[in-house]
Amino acid sequence: MNSREKVLGRVRAALGPARGTPVEVPRGYRRRLAEPADRADVVALFSERVAEYRASVRHVGADEVATAVAAALWGRGAARIAVPADLPYGWLAELEGVQAVADAPPIPAGALDGMDGVVTGCAVAIAQTGTIVLDGGRGQGRRALTLVPDHHLCVVHADQIVGTVPEAVARLDPVRPLTWISGPSATSDIEMARVEGVHGPRVLEVLIVDGPLC
Amino acid sequence: MRVELFVACFNDAMFPGTGRAVVRLLERLGHQVVFPAGQTCCGQMHWNTGYRQEAAELARAFTGVFGGAGAVVTPSASCATTVREAYPRIARAAGDPGLARAAEGLAVYELTEFLVDVLGVTDVGAYFPHRVTYHPTCHSMRMLGVGDRPLRLLRAVRGLDLVALPAAGECCGFGGTFAVKNSDVSVAMVADKVRHIRDTAADVVCAVDNSCLSHIGGALSRLRSGVRVMHLAEILAATEAAKEGTP
Amino acid sequence: MTAPAGTPPPKFADAARAALADTQLRRNLHNATATIRERRAAAAGELPDWEELRAAGAAIKDRTLLNLDRYLEELERAVTDAGGTVHWAATAAEANRIVTRLVRATGQREVVKVKSMVTQEIGLNEALAAAGITARETDLAELIVQLGDDRPSHILVPAIHRNRAQIRELFLRAMPGAPADLTDEPAALAAAARAYLRERFLAAEVAVSGANFMVAETGTMVVLESEGNGRMCLTLPETLITVAGIEKVVPTWEDLEVFLQLLPRSSTGERMNPYTSTWTGVTPGDGPREFHLVLLDNGRTKALADEVGRAALRCIRCSACLNVCPVYERTGGHAYGSVYPGPIGAILTPQLRGVKAAQPASLPFASTLCGACTDLCPVKIDIPEILVHLRGEVVEARRHRPVPTPELALMRTAAWTMADPRRYEAALRRGTRWARLLSRGGRIRRLPGPLGKWSDARDLPAPPAQSFRAWWREREGGR
Repeated sequence: MNSREKVLGRVRAALGPARGTPVEVPRGYRRRLAEPADRADVVALFSERVAEYRASVRHVGADEVATAVAAALWGRGAARIAVPADLPYGWLAELEGVQAVADAPPIPAGALDGMDGVVTGCAVAIAQTGTIVLDGGRGQGRRALTLVPDHHLCVVHADQIVGTVPEAVARLDPVRPLTWISGPSATSDIEMARVEGVHGPRVLEVLIVDGPLC
Repeated sequence: MRVELFVACFNDAMFPGTGRAVVRLLERLGHQVVFPAGQTCCGQMHWNTGYRQEAAELARAFTGVFGGAGAVVTPSASCATTVREAYPRIARAAGDPGLARAAEGLAVYELTEFLVDVLGVTDVGAYFPHRVTYHPTCHSMRMLGVGDRPLRLLRAVRGLDLVALPAAGECCGFGGTFAVKNSDVSVAMVADKVRHIRDTAADVVCAVDNSCLSHIGGALSRLRSGVRVMHLAEILAATEAAKEGTP
Repeated sequence: MTAPAGTPPPKFADAARAALADTQLRRNLHNATATIRERRAAAAGELPDWEELRAAGAAIKDRTLLNLDRYLEELERAVTDAGGTVHWAATAAEANRIVTRLVRATGQREVVKVKSMVTQEIGLNEALAAAGITARETDLAELIVQLGDDRPSHILVPAIHRNRAQIRELFLRAMPGAPADLTDEPAALAAAARAYLRERFLAAEVAVSGANFMVAETGTMVVLESEGNGRMCLTLPETLITVAGIEKVVPTWEDLEVFLQLLPRSSTGERMNPYTSTWTGVTPGDGPREFHLVLLDNGRTKALADEVGRAALRCIRCSACLNVCPVYERTGGHAYGSVYPGPIGAILTPQLRGVKAAQPASLPFASTLCGACTDLCPVKIDIPEILVHLRGEVVEARRHRPVPTPELALMRTAAWTMADPRRYEAALRRGTRWARLLSRGGRIRRLPGPLGKWSDARDLPAPPAQSFRAWWREREGGR
């Protein structure tokens, strides 16, 4: 008997007559935020919760994205950044003195490590937990791109922000590789003292674009 | 009303004052107390230490004595827990549906539950002019869920200065046979409990279970702390006239 | 700290005695557990539907366990369809052989690892080392443990027993390239670990991980972490090998909406941990080109066969029960002699290893049954109930020995005595006389035999001359 049959056989024997018993899952928990929140409240909550992870948050109008991206990169003294090949072109329109390298062909890991930052969009954001989810879709790139550089600048559109974790799970496609990001990388392994910045990006900046997606 | 008293073997031998206090208190409140002479032990120690057969024997004896009775009151929260929570499990482990049915028919109350829920009293007319802190034992708090009933009873006692115990919800470290099998950890736990008790500067620490109190009291006594442990029933039984029960 | 290889760990009470005397350990544990308890309470208290989430979490796990064969087959199909390969391991040795073979097939001699309880359980690092393969732990705490040739003492914070000064000394001694002017600031220590591991991540070809959850319907793996070392391991290497216990499966993608709330808030006390990665098989152009999933039994089906004990398999390894346990807080994790310490370890280890040997048999007794763990377990495992049940298993396993244990003899005698009111009363009178002889000034300060452990640190009041029942009889007689 191979191990597969052995393990499955043991499972069946262990359960005996109880095997296959249906169990009703009580789903009385909340799928949406408690108070009937309008869009502005959800966005405000997201912005507050992201900031509590010590990530920087800025609200910008749809026509200010390029300026805000450029300002954030200048502010960090970035000279060379990586971007997904399909990043909306307009977001980089005002970069001056900063070289944006598109990830096509894929930038080797060693070269990514030499980049001063990365700019991406996201798939979904969650207000209640201050989380950004990337799914490798448009403007997000492959997972390594937002991991190796030390500075991640993420553009979140107000429309992408949902209230709760269940709302996010419902919107996401499990077939895609997902990265849920809640603040910069962190550890509390030493005396439970929180240190921001370990292996993942040590700086997370979020630009929330209010108003309609252009 | 007629009340059957389950005193608990531990109290019978070591803390008869607690049983006497329950009798005095309930009689003072106008109720008739009966002590079924056939009672011995609920089987808690055996069950909690893993001796299923022995626990089942004692559970059968218990249901034989108290089965069919009306309200049974006990001044031991852990014994009340054993009868209410463990008896169905003991019956299942022993494959004894008769015991399960008998256990279902029992109406066993921990003293403060009985006073507050069944009799509907919180002021029992007690007088106890001392500084007192209250330790909520794990069984009373987490398994029985007596909540603030003991505190409500204490607050109504005249002359009593009730002081809150820091980290009250943390176990004292008794745990039945744990106190001997893992005596080092048990002592480390009671050391912290004693520290918190002494921080309150109370004269008396009370609870609804003498087993935990014998552990806490044993450590307080070894340290010659001068702090006394008392079962809550003894405080509730104390009046200006009665002399028993004063520290 | 480390026991020599091959020596069985001491029984809990003996190991605990040594731990209790370690002043630094006591302080480190107290500070860390108190901090994390507060954070958990705040994070759980913030959600108005916390109790509903717990109820759902428990039910999803029960549904999984009672239909485990079906969900495992579903998972296998989904992972295979997504380009992954599924392996089955009945034992630890078999899992180690599979992983070793997979690593060898890549031609690599080094693997990077994401913190995983299950690979500790099976001793994977040691097995790989025996095959000439270096396994590098990349979680900061695991790195601290590995560099110190130490053992983890907590599920979530494996180096909880070490403080910053101890970690600084360790890094200076054992971490190649650690800066000579390293301070004991946690930020400086974390930066040193980052620098040390970065080139290893960038060069890594093979990674080994565990999984927090596996979704049967989609074949999706889920790993929650904080530092980004997990993302490094899951993303940069060409080959990813995930080892997971068979109980880690959940039926549906939707079920994650429950656990992604319960787990971070229960374990680190955060609304959400910094990084959660999910992946399904392989994705061309993004991450590893090869994905292997090793499904491990190693005693889990034994636990599953126990109708009471199986609830322990609901565990999502949040470690909230450790942090709130008054026993764990004082002894730390090493005393449990297992990778799963604390209350959950005390019910899981004896089920995985069996209760024949003295060490795992001592674990169900390492608790006062205070119930603080069950009050906050996110999947509502009734830990005291299972502890008592396993105590029963321990006793039953020894009941029919040719020479009964002294405890069995004592317990049988006590039950025989107590089962009859006349015998009980006779014993009561004898016991009282005997105890009063031992007392001085109303106190017993020294008890004989095994009870001496009580009187080592605690007095016992002398029993009053008149028992309650004697008083009652006298009173009734006088009426």
